[in-house]
Amino acid sequence: MAGQLSIAKALNEALRKSLENDPKTLLMGEDIGKLGGVFRITDGLQKDFGEDRVIDSPLAESGIMGTAIGLALRGYRPVVEIQFDGFVYPAFDQIVSQLAKMHARALGHVKMPVTVRIPYAGGIGAVEHHSESHEAYFAHTAGLRVVTPSNAHDAHWMLRQAIESDDPVIFLEPKRRYWDKGEVGAAADLGLHDARIVRPGTDATLIAYGPMVKVCLEAAAAAEEDGRRLEVVDLRSLSPVDFTTLEESVKRTGRAVVVHEAPVFLGMGAELAARLTERCFYHLEAPVLRVGGYYAPYPPSRVEEAFLPDLDRVLDAVDRALAY
Amino acid sequence: MTVKSTARARKKAAPAVPDTLRATGTDAQPELVQLLTPEGERVEHPDYPLTTTPEELRSLYRDLVLVRRFDGEATALQRQGELGLWASLLGQEAAQVGSGRAMRTGDYAFPTYREHGVAWCRDVDPLNLLGMFRGVNHGGWDPNEKNFHLYTIVIGAQTLHATGYAMGITKDGADDAVIAYFGDGASSQGDVNEAFTFASVYNAPVVFFCQNNQWAISEPTTTQTKIPLYRRASGFGFPGVRVDGNDVLACLAVTRWALDHARSGNGPVLIEAFTYRMGAHTTSDDPTRYRLAEETEAWKAKDPILRLRTLLEKEGLADEEFFAAVDAESEQLGLRVREGVRSMPDPDPTLIFDHVYSEPHALVDEERAEYVEYAASFEAGENH
Repeated sequence: MAGQLSIAKALNEALRKSLENDPKTLLMGEDIGKLGGVFRITDGLQKDFGEDRVIDSPLAESGIMGTAIGLALRGYRPVVEIQFDGFVYPAFDQIVSQLAKMHARALGHVKMPVTVRIPYAGGIGAVEHHSESHEAYFAHTAGLRVVTPSNAHDAHWMLRQAIESDDPVIFLEPKRRYWDKGEVGAAADLGLHDARIVRPGTDATLIAYGPMVKVCLEAAAAAEEDGRRLEVVDLRSLSPVDFTTLEESVKRTGRAVVVHEAPVFLGMGAELAARLTERCFYHLEAPVLRVGGYYAPYPPSRVEEAFLPDLDRVLDAVDRALAY
Repeated sequence: MTVKSTARARKKAAPAVPDTLRATGTDAQPELVQLLTPEGERVEHPDYPLTTTPEELRSLYRDLVLVRRFDGEATALQRQGELGLWASLLGQEAAQVGSGRAMRTGDYAFPTYREHGVAWCRDVDPLNLLGMFRGVNHGGWDPNEKNFHLYTIVIGAQTLHATGYAMGITKDGADDAVIAYFGDGASSQGDVNEAFTFASVYNAPVVFFCQNNQWAISEPTTTQTKIPLYRRASGFGFPGVRVDGNDVLACLAVTRWALDHARSGNGPVLIEAFTYRMGAHTTSDDPTRYRLAEETEAWKAKDPILRLRTLLEKEGLADEEFFAAVDAESEQLGLRVREGVRSMPDPDPTLIFDHVYSEPHALVDEERAEYVEYAASFEAGENH
């Protein structure tokens, strides 16, 4: 896997390795066979592993999730692809009421090693229901683990770690970054639930995950031209959250701005701001600020740029934080 | 001609609907498979032959009586405040015991929350079933110990788990089959229809066992369907059979056939067990608000236990000693259930944090530690 891989290819290689390593691993989803998925993440896998292990499913999201639960009960390790973020809602009961709770309801007697891959969030000019950021619903549900990579290395290794986990993992793939390339290292260098400081700095901490990490790195580069050194933390895991890394960063910089695409109201940023305020109150020079989507349905694509946080909105929030 | 009269004329001209298509979910005849009449007569069915020894018939009778006793005891315990809720199976004993006894050891059952009789046949300790209703857990037992999955409350969700499990059996090349239980109300759910699709296209060895007990809480079967439920199967490409759900022998024969059909690689089967819920949906329900006493009375005459007892007596297959022994066993079971429930300990509150995940999760660990410290602060206070 030496050299530069796109996130899409890094995910494809992760699925291939997982299928090779464990005969109980299965892929299920719509159009994942011959087509290789609408984003081609499963490209070539059915050809190499057969229709019994890379399964084209009927067009029924609840059916895909519910049967994956049954396969897990039989000892399989299903990796489910939901074709687009907005299509996961028909499977919501199977995920939050069945998958998330089965282990607890059985008092630990059964495990639910199911990975749910969802291409999520916006920025690709798609039509309605193809750009949702629903991470808060899943992170709010105990029993699920929720993670999202922002680069090719993490995409590869976090997916492999997710598949190896005996707990259900919601694996959110930032679809607008699928074609971004990066180096994929030879081994995972962090646990699945560790945050990563992707750019060190001293003046304020930008906290982001998935598609917004790149925006924050660009913002930090721009801020440096004005002499501001911003630290950028890639959260990577939304349940659980690595508060240790966040807390250390914010205590050093004294300021934090959380950036995500989902609406700010009751989003991940609300939780992060509240906890960081509780833990770092005497270290904070400014309230923890949030930058995100508005409290409106995801807009038509011609105006999505107004909805999505960009470099300027992030820098504006940094200005506000530094003005305190 | 006015618009109104045109509409009338059109209605008149509509072609007659054949009687077979007119039948609704509440019309039992003529499709019903029956091997034991309400009068206790054995009848033959060409497609579902069943030979039974006297010992087997006595054993089925014992199952029916004990299951009804357990259920009655649980209803009483709810009335006494020992259980928060109970979903009685009264009237459905034959459907559950017949189908349950048709299963082999390696077969797997996925119940709703009313399959106490199936649990009995799977040798699940009846007290295990009461934990959820008493409020000490949300399920509790190890589903893989007796191949009996946890009760599922969201209607129809378990039919997909059953189908997925059956798909796994096919992948394993195993000689097992699965039964998915659900009710007439559940037949309207998307999940049940998705389960039919998945099972059909993947040829999964799953038997869908619908207990049509005529009522989904207050809604009659006619609110769920305009055709007999078993006929839904044909649209999905697999066989459907309607069986007398108050006839333990017919339920046994048809389910045994269906399981063999499924395990032989022929794909799923839908069985509609035509039966009746004699009591309330749960102990929170009041059926006098929505159904007539005459209807319940009419079904009483089809009682599953009475008809088997009539057969045993008429054919001289069981004597007074046998019936007395079953009654004595029933008393013992009642006592065991009463005492078992009353002595069931409340769980330690830290159960809240147990088994949320199978691997450590930082937030759960943190909140557990907070709770333990908080709880300990009260104990420390008591010492002063």
